[in-house]
Amino acid sequence: MDKVKVNMFVNGKPVSLEVKPYARLLDVLREDLGLTGTKEGCGVGECGACTVIVDGETVNTCLTLAASMDGKHITTIEGLMENEKLHPIQEAFIKHNALQCGFCTPGLIMSAKALLDSNPNPSTEQIKVAISGNLCRCTGYEQVVDAIKEVAEKSK
Amino acid sequence: MPLMGQKNFRVLNKPVTRVDALDKVTGRAQYAADLNFPNMLYGGCLRSGLSHANIVKIDTSKAKAIPGVKAVLTAADVPKPKSWADYYYLADKIRYIGDVVAIVAAESKEALSDALKAIEVEYEELPGVYTIDEALEPNAVQVREKGVGLVDGIPTPGTKGNAFLESYFPIRKGNVEEAFKKCDVIIEREYRTQFIEHSYIEPEACVAVSNPVDGTMTVYSSSQNPHFSRRYIADALQIPMNKARLVQQTLGGSFGGKEELVGLTVGRAALLAKATGQPVKMVLNREESFLESSKRHPFRIRYKVGATKDGKILAFEGQLVDNAGAYNNQTQFMNCRASIHSAGVYNIPNVKTDTFGVFTNNIHGGAMRGYSSPQIIFAQESLMEELAEALNMDPIELRRKNLLKQGDLTITSQKLVQPTIISEMLDHVLEKTDFVAKREAYNKQTGSKQKGIGLVTCYRGAGLGAETVDASGAFITALEDGSVLINSGTAENGQGLKTAYSQIVAETLGVKVEDIHHIGVDTHAIPDSGMTVASRGTVMGAQSMKKAAEKLKILILETAKEMLNASPLDEVIIEDSVCFLKSEPSRSVSLGEVCNNRLWAGKQLAVYEWFEPKPLNPDHHTGQGDVFPTYAYACVVAEVEVDLETGYVDVLKVTAAHDCGTVINPATAKGQIYGGIAMGMGFACTEEVEVNKGKLRTKNFDSYIFPTAVDVPEMDAILFECDDTEGTFGAKSLGEPATEAVGAAIANAVNSVLVRTKGERLRRLPFDLERVVLGKSLRAGGNA
Repeated sequence: MDKVKVNMFVNGKPVSLEVKPYARLLDVLREDLGLTGTKEGCGVGECGACTVIVDGETVNTCLTLAASMDGKHITTIEGLMENEKLHPIQEAFIKHNALQCGFCTPGLIMSAKALLDSNPNPSTEQIKVAISGNLCRCTGYEQVVDAIKEVAEKSK
Repeated sequence: MPLMGQKNFRVLNKPVTRVDALDKVTGRAQYAADLNFPNMLYGGCLRSGLSHANIVKIDTSKAKAIPGVKAVLTAADVPKPKSWADYYYLADKIRYIGDVVAIVAAESKEALSDALKAIEVEYEELPGVYTIDEALEPNAVQVREKGVGLVDGIPTPGTKGNAFLESYFPIRKGNVEEAFKKCDVIIEREYRTQFIEHSYIEPEACVAVSNPVDGTMTVYSSSQNPHFSRRYIADALQIPMNKARLVQQTLGGSFGGKEELVGLTVGRAALLAKATGQPVKMVLNREESFLESSKRHPFRIRYKVGATKDGKILAFEGQLVDNAGAYNNQTQFMNCRASIHSAGVYNIPNVKTDTFGVFTNNIHGGAMRGYSSPQIIFAQESLMEELAEALNMDPIELRRKNLLKQGDLTITSQKLVQPTIISEMLDHVLEKTDFVAKREAYNKQTGSKQKGIGLVTCYRGAGLGAETVDASGAFITALEDGSVLINSGTAENGQGLKTAYSQIVAETLGVKVEDIHHIGVDTHAIPDSGMTVASRGTVMGAQSMKKAAEKLKILILETAKEMLNASPLDEVIIEDSVCFLKSEPSRSVSLGEVCNNRLWAGKQLAVYEWFEPKPLNPDHHTGQGDVFPTYAYACVVAEVEVDLETGYVDVLKVTAAHDCGTVINPATAKGQIYGGIAMGMGFACTEEVEVNKGKLRTKNFDSYIFPTAVDVPEMDAILFECDDTEGTFGAKSLGEPATEAVGAAIANAVNSVLVRTKGERLRRLPFDLERVVLGKSLRAGGNA
């Protein structure tokens, strides 16, 4: 099968790739680009472990064809630190013990970032809705919500 | 000493930041599926789609001919198709839906997928048994040769059936027959629970890499128990254990689940790596994980309980049967625990219970957070409500009258010598939740949406107890810059073990937490300490770590005293990695300087210590004797709103009080409790692996529903402490207690509404929409 040429921006850097037409964005990120912080938990768009931000919106990369990414700007968990400095959401997750096994953590952080980028002062309910596509089996979400709330409070 | 905060520690009791947090928030933590090696192949498994069948013929020739396919293996191609732990790497017969008939290694995922489809297998389907009831029918198909039948309700050698002897644990205390004669009220009830999926977000994964020079097979894997997984490498390949090496990667959740299936996956990947001479990565997809992974055992629990009219429970009888599925590696250990806890946290003089498992052709039960307790506490605490109803007594009063107190005897006749604070906890939680007033107010509700409130009291034997020996080893070495390396045979599974161990070493030795690095388990670098299970990691597993730190401290103090010219009367203190004279703190030397001095003087800087628990030897025929070093108590209250038209249960609030003994880290302790509440809510309301004749209807998270952030209730985690001398620094188990009572509390809250509005009560979990509205499930067939 012919490959498809894709020009996209990943974590701010231009990337040109030839991908199989059926290749999932998840596999291209993890295998072709070595960005393994994006995880696969279910493969059917339910768990949100593979969440990244594409042009400001969260997407499940297990349901996204890489070939559809031409011209798009993609942010993964690896793109959050600036000049070796943690993003405030990452700092808050550490401070609030908002993680245990950590497998869902990158996806949760990406969902939180997309929320706060578009709505810096969300209500608790809005935070919960924003991360409701990210399944976590360890934390019960309590300290995750606390962490995101704190970042939102600080931005006021 | 009720609530946390009255103990005097420097590092413990503090919300120290998780030592692995930075790696996890940046995405750089390496899980098994993240690894890649040169020339790596992709491995995969073929399953039959059947629950019980003979394999008549397998033809792999077409699969082998596909370009890029490097190996296709069936049971005939490997030295030992059956694993040491009952399950098969490659099955010779289909005994349940998860059995694997062939494994493939290929250069690409496409070639792998094509090869799995090209394998031709002819099956002969067989009748099977799937439920506990079917398994116990007199002429049931015998699933396993070693199965036995029942005589007088007890598994009996020399008979044919599906119960199995090693899973049988009786409790015989006092004389129930005589005691029932003295009871004013006797009730008999049956309760049932469902198959539950662990639902760790990371599916099982590993990479096997063979070293052609020395023959060592190394597997990097998502193992909960690395040394347990190592056994599968040596077993599958039939090589010496010193040539089998397992390195645990960051683990994406487990809850008891990444034991047997990860072991089998590790063995299969090792077989393919050996056959091809190339590294092989095996990553299960979610559907495969649902099919083959263990589940929480469904139980059928029949109870008979008798009390005097003023509410003193005199006699308790029970039969607790669990569905083990087609294979078994856990039921015997789990049923030991189940039997010990089969009558709850109450002082009952006469007890007779029988706990055993049955084989079926269903998916299999294994270890899952609680290890029988969520099921038994649901039954037990439902029974307490029903007994109170029959006695026309407040269930709180019934509990108060019967709760165990210090000095009382448990149902194994173990005398509770340690603080037994459950009554105090009950009072605190009742007051904090305003339980009685709310219950009264809720009784006056009308309409289709009604609130309910439910209560549970329970306890849990801490650590492994009589299940198996709770010994452990730990290694600690100080380096010449004052930093410290530690390692343990027990493993970080996401629960926070590395952080807790670092705090315990910091507290003991006086070194800063940030100067400690816990290496993690490489089986070639740290000896086996038994499994990281049973909520034992801190309470018992860390005892050896504390011992090692104490030993190292003696060595360091010896040199520090010399360097500080201390007199024999001077006491030297180590705090924040500085050694100083207690009487003159300005006379100090850094830990690094002391270690550097010892290094160049040729003195010992590394310690390995072993902890052996005191012996526990209950009588297997009666279950009588000391069975756990100590017990952790819990009181949980759930508040719900039930929509009587749709059956939707909205869990509004859960208040969970836990006797932690000593809280090592309040932030991670609360994290355990919050996560445990969410998991307990799923157990009560939505979660069920639905099976019909062993075939799964729920195979992914689109149909297997557990709580999201919008579903979880308001949560109040209350941390109690007490002066218990058994665990490390007085700590008790928490990981499993955090979830075990929650489902039962929610069930009691929902039933308070159903009894009030419909005069009915549910006795079968989960309380999903259909069961709440109809009293039964239309979908879930033959589960338990």
